[in-house]
Amino acid sequence: MTTPAPVEPAATSRTAGRDVALVSVFAALIIVLALVPAVPVGAAGVPITLQSLGVLLAGLVLGPWRGVAAVAVYVALGLAGLPVFAGGVGGLAVLAGPTVGYIIGWLPATFVTGVGAALVLRRRRGRLPGLILAGAAGGVLVTYLGGWLGLQLVAGLDPLAAFLGGVLPFLPGDGLKLVVAAFVAASVHRAFPDVLARRAAGPLPAEAS
Amino acid sequence: MRRPALVPAHRPGTTWLHRAPAGAKLAVLAVVAVVVVVVVTARSGDVALLLGAAVLVMAVLGHVAVRTPRRVWGGLVVRLAPVLVVLGVYQVVLGSPWRGAEVVLDLLGLVLLAGLVTVTTPTDRLLDTITSLVAPLQHLPRLGPHLHPDRVALTLALAVRSVDVLWDVAVQARDAARARGRSRDVRALVTPTVVRAVGHARATGDALAARGLVD
Repeated sequence: MTTPAPVEPAATSRTAGRDVALVSVFAALIIVLALVPAVPVGAAGVPITLQSLGVLLAGLVLGPWRGVAAVAVYVALGLAGLPVFAGGVGGLAVLAGPTVGYIIGWLPATFVTGVGAALVLRRRRGRLPGLILAGAAGGVLVTYLGGWLGLQLVAGLDPLAAFLGGVLPFLPGDGLKLVVAAFVAASVHRAFPDVLARRAAGPLPAEAS
Repeated sequence: MRRPALVPAHRPGTTWLHRAPAGAKLAVLAVVAVVVVVVVTARSGDVALLLGAAVLVMAVLGHVAVRTPRRVWGGLVVRLAPVLVVLGVYQVVLGSPWRGAEVVLDLLGLVLLAGLVTVTTPTDRLLDTITSLVAPLQHLPRLGPHLHPDRVALTLALAVRSVDVLWDVAVQARDAARARGRSRDVRALVTPTVVRAVGHARATGDALAARGLVD
């Protein structure tokens, strides 16, 4: 035995620990939101599942890298056979089904949402509209791009039919979820200012004062 | 409100399909899926129809061989049925009946084939396979350390363990929202859930670091 290995600075280890835990807990959060009985919303009482809300929140709260990791963990658990997708569905069959595009689309979508959220949180003002915009660019635009392409590829629909059948009917509900997600994310960032904002901004001199 | 049990779709057994390595089954499934999608996209009429029929027959024979419970394969078919009906009718009305048959056969065949892999492979073996697929990425410069197999395995296990905690948190938030007469307000349900989730994650992360489980 020679000299003991240098002990890592506690801060690094703590950051890594928190990152692992945040990724795991958000994957679990998406599972819980997907499995909670659907909430009736609006005058028509259309039930909406909160699965896509969970995916949006991963990007808006955790930023690009940890957000994508949380969604990837969620998807991996579902593909491995745990019934964690909306409606208690699990297994590789979702990869062969017509909704494959949405599920794969979540990964780039979460990255785009997360980059947007990190940028928005550098500023103190206009966070809510900024978070809505970030979610619209990633969670809505990129997810539906994936779903739309997937429907054409797997279900053999032409572009217009894929849009009318697979995108348009879901846009109102997702618009609503997007606004909810932005409100929730803004509250979370107020409660825990260092979850994403300080990392995104770095040590700003202004914050020291 | 009881949490639905996270029962994996895997059914134990001893057939050769159960014993085949998970990686091999995933590779075969991936190859078949890519071939089917490429052929369907290329729109080569009877070839696509024959291929779809072949995949479907293969999947059905597989399910018969491993004696998949009816509830499992029935579930796959029932979930897919509305989509198949819509797609079939759409193709018959606006496209061609051949194309409709093609799409229905292909989708049904692929979904049943994928279900066959899920039924014959334990969830943890599939997760191990996914972890080992990510393993080569651990040599990437900045992202690498985060993708070390140990850390990926820890993250996956911790996620499953966290579901119970978060379910309780969500149920409490729902009851609290209901008590305030806001049971239809998604914000009142989700905001406290997520805030407490982040708090729980930070405590858990500090505990992991204190025990030296993550470095």
